[in-house]
Amino acid sequence: MADAPLPQSLGAADPASADEAPLYVPRKQIYPQAVKGRFRTIKWVVLAITLGIYYFLPFIRWDRGPNAPDQAILVDLPHRRFYFFFIEIWPQEVYYITGLLVLAALTLFLMNAVAGRVWCGYLCPQTVWTDLFYAVERWIEGDRRERMRKDKEKLSLKTVGQKGLKHFIWLMIAWWTGGAWVLYFADAPTLVYELATFQAPLIAYIWIGILTFTTYTLAGFMREQVCTYMCPWPRIQAALTDEYALNVTYRYDRGEPRGSVKKNDALRRQGLPAGDCIDCDQCVAVCPTGVDIRKGLQLDCIQCGLCIDACNSVMEKIDRPLNLIAYDTDMNVKARMEGKPEVRRIVRARTLFYAGIIAVVGSIMITSLALRQNIYLSVMHDRNPLFVRLSDGSIRNGFTVRVANKHLDERRYAIGVEGLPNAKVDVVGGEIDQQGRSIIVVGPDQTQEMRVLVTQTASAAPASTEIQFVLTDLSNGDQVATSDHFKAP
Amino acid sequence: MAHETHEQVDALTGVTTTGHSWDDIQELNNPLPRWWLWTFYLTIVWSVLYAIAYPSIPLVSSYTRGLLGWHSREAVEVDLAALKDQRSGMTAKLASSSLEEIKQNPELFAFARAQGKASFGDNCAPCHGAGGAGAKGYPNLNDDDWLWGGSLAQIEQTIRYGVRSTSDQGHSGTMPAFGRDGMLKREDISNVADYVRSLSGLPTDKGADLKAGAQVFADNCAACHGDKGQGMQELGAPNLTDKIWLFGADKATIMEGLQNGRGGVMPTWHGRLDDTTIKALTLYVHSLGGDQRP
Ligand code: SF4
Ligand code: SF4
Repeated sequence: MADAPLPQSLGAADPASADEAPLYVPRKQIYPQAVKGRFRTIKWVVLAITLGIYYFLPFIRWDRGPNAPDQAILVDLPHRRFYFFFIEIWPQEVYYITGLLVLAALTLFLMNAVAGRVWCGYLCPQTVWTDLFYAVERWIEGDRRERMRKDKEKLSLKTVGQKGLKHFIWLMIAWWTGGAWVLYFADAPTLVYELATFQAPLIAYIWIGILTFTTYTLAGFMREQVCTYMCPWPRIQAALTDEYALNVTYRYDRGEPRGSVKKNDALRRQGLPAGDCIDCDQCVAVCPTGVDIRKGLQLDCIQCGLCIDACNSVMEKIDRPLNLIAYDTDMNVKARMEGKPEVRRIVRARTLFYAGIIAVVGSIMITSLALRQNIYLSVMHDRNPLFVRLSDGSIRNGFTVRVANKHLDERRYAIGVEGLPNAKVDVVGGEIDQQGRSIIVVGPDQTQEMRVLVTQTASAAPASTEIQFVLTDLSNGDQVATSDHFKAP
Repeated sequence: MAHETHEQVDALTGVTTTGHSWDDIQELNNPLPRWWLWTFYLTIVWSVLYAIAYPSIPLVSSYTRGLLGWHSREAVEVDLAALKDQRSGMTAKLASSSLEEIKQNPELFAFARAQGKASFGDNCAPCHGAGGAGAKGYPNLNDDDWLWGGSLAQIEQTIRYGVRSTSDQGHSGTMPAFGRDGMLKREDISNVADYVRSLSGLPTDKGADLKAGAQVFADNCAACHGDKGQGMQELGAPNLTDKIWLFGADKATIMEGLQNGRGGVMPTWHGRLDDTTIKALTLYVHSLGGDQRP
């Protein structure tokens, strides 16, 4: 089988001409053709929604009151806060971000188990921006054939102008991409004004520059190379998938033997086997990664579904049933060829498992978010000395207490200790109220570290024991407690 | 190892082979894309440029400095300067506020304590122990017993000028060597040691003559330690009636003090630490156990 067709991406290795095998494969330029259809429409809608969210989200306002920013989504690095609508995350709560990442990964796995590379085909930023860049290219330079012709011809002034315009628009989109990125890290309207008047911090311009560069190169030049060579997901998803996962599939049970319309019509009339594929190569022409889906599932295919649209418009024209290429499984193609029933099983151990974990992780996160306190108390016992004997013989322990007030107004907290008879609690530098309680005052959305001394005014022999620090919000009676130890000789 | 070099196309994958085959295992040739190769070459070029620009190659007793003259120590200094700059607002406030004012301002107080803690670790911990836990002869700073006074001003005075230090403004006054210098006889020392133990309710030796001890105390010790042994901060004379013993409460240790005298030294920090640091230290030490006369 020495003349077996080479996979597209590796097609250029030419053993006959080289003494040694080549060190590299030259890039094969891809000119995806415009296409219309169901999946193209879905992709446009997804593109509009995702890019719309990305570019405009920073401008949405969310009123939190006087002591917090009014931007719905804000990563406030200097103050170490993350705002997401009604949720405010402190640095010690990054586990919510971890949770989100776990959810994201599992959702990716679930999508993969249901319908292959849904992420790659429709949602991945690489796909979305590349799609947008292709649209610009098509709009200015024309469709596939025209672009191929222009690239072969000598450069004319018009082509140069068109190419210049294309790169200019690409750069604008890329620049806007970087610009939107930095808006998530500062008050968006202010930053836009500062950027426009060249007063923004240097780091903002640097990040815009970086993202302009990456967007421009990845979506304008690297394109399918990112998916084929740079991204780990194709490899991971190939290891995760199973025979039930729907994938963009060429139904060779129906398509083969392929042949021209005339030839196959003739064969059909004679009652001989004839496939529906008329070998028009439309599926290859529209493919953004230059893949021939008829060779079966392959790593380069991002499963964008565009070849389905292309093939369906051909099937319509030649009046054959649609969906010669469709979301299907190889297993079912084989089953049909053998006359066995098809198996479609979306609900199976794998999908149930993923959905189960998503549900568990999701509910843990929601519950913890709903139950989380707006006060946070952390207590650290002095390491040295563990205890100290006072001149009257009583024993005292020192603690470093940190109180976080996540409310957006100043709060007064009373701190007390439970579990230690005759305990006296002193906050160094703190105040004592009329009822003799030690008070810690913490500003809005701030933390306060205090030194707290707990003394057991000894009547009986003091002994080490577990104690509870209890913090009471004087404005509403909310309490948090944390346990520690009281050490004695 | 059979090594043949005629290229073929692998039947199963349709990929050309490199022509190398070992035990009939073919090496497939899946070459990299061109841009990848160029990226690889670029990293090589980069590493060479990097080695020229930055310190990189170790020599016998030094290393190549690099054309940019970058130095990690200088980088640290720049960072430290930036940090100082960032803190300058708070540091200035610390410098311009009185100790009392700082203590009233929670934010400033926390800043001072943090600074003081760091400085304490660098300068004070060798004698007073980490966290000011103290040791025999070195006072525990967490308790309420302050030889020279536990108010903010008193602590600052002690830190600044020290105790029996080289500064003439430091605290002075020592416990005389009653035994060695022949002021008290062995028997008197034993009796007064028992008497002193009795002051804080500690058991005394069977044959101890507490009355004689009390007399010796009144004649020799009361001038500094007070007639009831309650101590005197002006002279750094410890309170002998409480539960805290700088050197130890057992009779032998007390007798040793009476025999040879006592006089621990704390250096003067004036001129060695700047004023703000001394302030921060004062507030930190005060927060440990200051101002708490029983
Ligand atoms: S292969 Fe990677 S980069 Fe390409 S579409 Fe899929 S996830 Fe995105
Ligand atoms: S083969 Fe079809 S589904 Fe796969 S990338 Fe190409 S057009 Fe998209």
